[in-house]
Amino acid sequence: VIAALRRFRYHIAVFFSVIGPGFITAVVDNDAGGIFTYSQAGARWGYLPLWTLLPITVLLVVTQEMCSRMGAVTGKGLSDLIREEFGLRTTFVLMALLVLANLTNVMANFAGVASSLELFHISRYFSVPLAAGVVWLLIVKSNYERVERLFLFACSLYICYIIAGIAVKPDWKEAAIYSVKPVLLFEPSYLQMLIGMVGTSVAPWMQFFLQAAVVEKGVTARDYKESRIEVIVGCIVMSIIAFFIIVACAGAIWSQQPRDINDATDAALALKPFGPYAYLLFAAGLFNASLFASSILPLSTSYTVCEGLGFESGVNKTFREAPIFYGLFTFLVVIGAATILIPGFPLVRMILLSQVINGALLPLVLGYMILLVNKKRLMKEWVNSPLYNMIAWAAVIFMSGLTLALVGISLRQLFE
Amino acid sequence: MADTFLYLTELLGLPVHDLKGRVIGRVKEAAIVPLEDPFRIDRFLVGAGHTWLTVRYDQIRSLSLHGIDLSDELLTPYHSDEYMLRLVRDLLDQQIIDAQGRKVVRVTDITFAIRAQANFTGLYVTEVDIGIRSIFRRLFQGVLPRTWIRKLQAPIQPRSIAWGFCNIIEPDPMRRLRLNISPTQLEEMHPADLADIVEELGPDAREALITSLDSEAAAEALSEVDPEIQASILESLETEKAAEILEEMSPNQAADVLQEMEHATSEELLAELDAEDKTEVEELLEYGEHTAGGMMNTEYLSVPESATVAEAIASLRAATDLSDSLPTIQIVRADDTLVDQIPVTRLFLADASASIKELLNDDTPITVRVDSKESRVTEIFDRYNLLSLPVVDAQSKLVGVITADDVISVLRGRR
Repeated sequence: VIAALRRFRYHIAVFFSVIGPGFITAVVDNDAGGIFTYSQAGARWGYLPLWTLLPITVLLVVTQEMCSRMGAVTGKGLSDLIREEFGLRTTFVLMALLVLANLTNVMANFAGVASSLELFHISRYFSVPLAAGVVWLLIVKSNYERVERLFLFACSLYICYIIAGIAVKPDWKEAAIYSVKPVLLFEPSYLQMLIGMVGTSVAPWMQFFLQAAVVEKGVTARDYKESRIEVIVGCIVMSIIAFFIIVACAGAIWSQQPRDINDATDAALALKPFGPYAYLLFAAGLFNASLFASSILPLSTSYTVCEGLGFESGVNKTFREAPIFYGLFTFLVVIGAATILIPGFPLVRMILLSQVINGALLPLVLGYMILLVNKKRLMKEWVNSPLYNMIAWAAVIFMSGLTLALVGISLRQLFE
Repeated sequence: MADTFLYLTELLGLPVHDLKGRVIGRVKEAAIVPLEDPFRIDRFLVGAGHTWLTVRYDQIRSLSLHGIDLSDELLTPYHSDEYMLRLVRDLLDQQIIDAQGRKVVRVTDITFAIRAQANFTGLYVTEVDIGIRSIFRRLFQGVLPRTWIRKLQAPIQPRSIAWGFCNIIEPDPMRRLRLNISPTQLEEMHPADLADIVEELGPDAREALITSLDSEAAAEALSEVDPEIQASILESLETEKAAEILEEMSPNQAADVLQEMEHATSEELLAELDAEDKTEVEELLEYGEHTAGGMMNTEYLSVPESATVAEAIASLRAATDLSDSLPTIQIVRADDTLVDQIPVTRLFLADASASIKELLNDDTPITVRVDSKESRVTEIFDRYNLLSLPVVDAQSKLVGVITADDVISVLRGRR
């Protein structure tokens, strides 16, 4: 009994020591863009889209789990492995696309910072430079443990959405039914919404970030069981947050009058009749998510690029030790923030472009990932089992198909 | 003017001409046989039709940016050779350890010197390239003509590591022997630097590195690594090798690692230790991780209070492995109870024939109980400006010593 108890305590201790990577990656998936997608889904279609959250969770778990497993077993980042196994040119092309896609993502999130704070009557010419400064200092002057702790704190603030969702007093019965009842309407705008929701749920940068974070955390194959649980819990939490965002918008907007919203702040405004808290929490949640993603995206991009191309990287290093790492990070933060301040900057087009690049990149990244995870030489007994491999391939092909459909939609809108 | 150097990116795809000047194929790979010469390219593998032919170094008459001219046409088909280090397969895009810069780097390109010898023209590895300049070359390799790439890359700063400082990480011990890879340079590095490198590598490379080092160097380096990583490395090694390394570690560090492992594994390792180390480590394992007992070293130097200064110095000389790390020696009574600690410097300033008793202050010694909390220990160090602190049990018997570096580790870990 004592031995069993001791083993249990050991596993609990290990679980807490591996918490971080999977959780952060999944939760930050709900960034400014994600919140808009879910708000729009709820505002326009009410509770109908809720059922997609279940398959999204599964897709997320399958793709994330493989990355965290590779990180734990090989001790190397995804871009490291792609470089070693597929050469420099492949890596370079992927990295170039990733930088482009993530730069536009950073812009979208600084735009989220700007618009969420404008709800509080704070000018973007004040809030965006300040946010960029805070993000920059946070990463440059900090070490990994502290950054991770802050990120976990930011994750906990997502509870805003849960409270806001409850405050709106949505129809819980409807919500419960449609969470498990798939509804497929063959209407172009409905299908487009579904493709958007699923297609944006797995982003290329997440795969790189998760694996790098698992490595940086020092998770090894022996802690892998706990790490897998962490990834799964993270993905479930992400879906729960998405659920409450959809439900909040369904309760506040759709139940009054189904309509399209322009951006996430539009959704926050619609919550005003449900008391100041719901409105404030929704806005604060958007601010938190945007700022959080604005720090993680540039950070993860620099990590990935430097790893793949063989430059010094890591928040524990100084500017002098890792100039390219910090240089790229600074570039992304500064450009990402500065473009938001340019009057008349075509932000919407940039976000569409970002979706196109991300969509082009994702099938490649997932493809390389699944090839790598099946290499016996790298993964030893940790390669995918045949059954898991079938699920993984199916998930990858399904995801790729949907993202490519999204690319088509975005391209059409881009040239309209 | 003849070229004096060549990059691997340029060598690949270079046409090979026979005696009549006809192209017989293009270079696909170059290999060193380190047992014969660790710098010279020994074989060139040339793709001709569907097969690879082997060109030996002494079959080359001349070699330049424009091609290779052979002096001998008797080429054998390529068959894999375990004594060969193939540059493209084994080195390019892989991680190596830069012993001079003390870090792990990824190989982007390799620079050779072209040296005309009496009866052949040889290619000798001089540097491994890692910077932006080499990335540029790789990207445009085969896209732009070689001479253009050389001109275009000129404004970019080169970054390279001399081949002599490059240490290849080879997981297979047999192959390590065949390729003549020895860890001498790494063993000469400061353990803390080597530890940083260990932390940067993946599990396989870590295991390879630690097994190739001798147990003492491995123990020293491991002691500087994060205890969790230490545990996972030791678990991945064969029990025998792991035990050897544990024995080389100080008992308190060994205990720290064992505490990070699952119970069954640590028991198994403990069983492998020799009796003396085993009891010491087991005693330490009894104390809580975050108490004075968990922090202290059980290896310390003590002399009876009746000794003379000369005797104390003699015992200091005898304990060479301890004297580096201990700023003080402990003075004990016949029953092992602590009298006080005195700084080693005080011994040397005193008259050799003086008795130790004469060196002692009258103040009560500053000590800490073995079950005191970590925070208490750091507080005492700070308050009394200590370099070392004796740890005593309930009967005031000396059981260990905590030194300033133990306290620094604790404080850093808490950050």
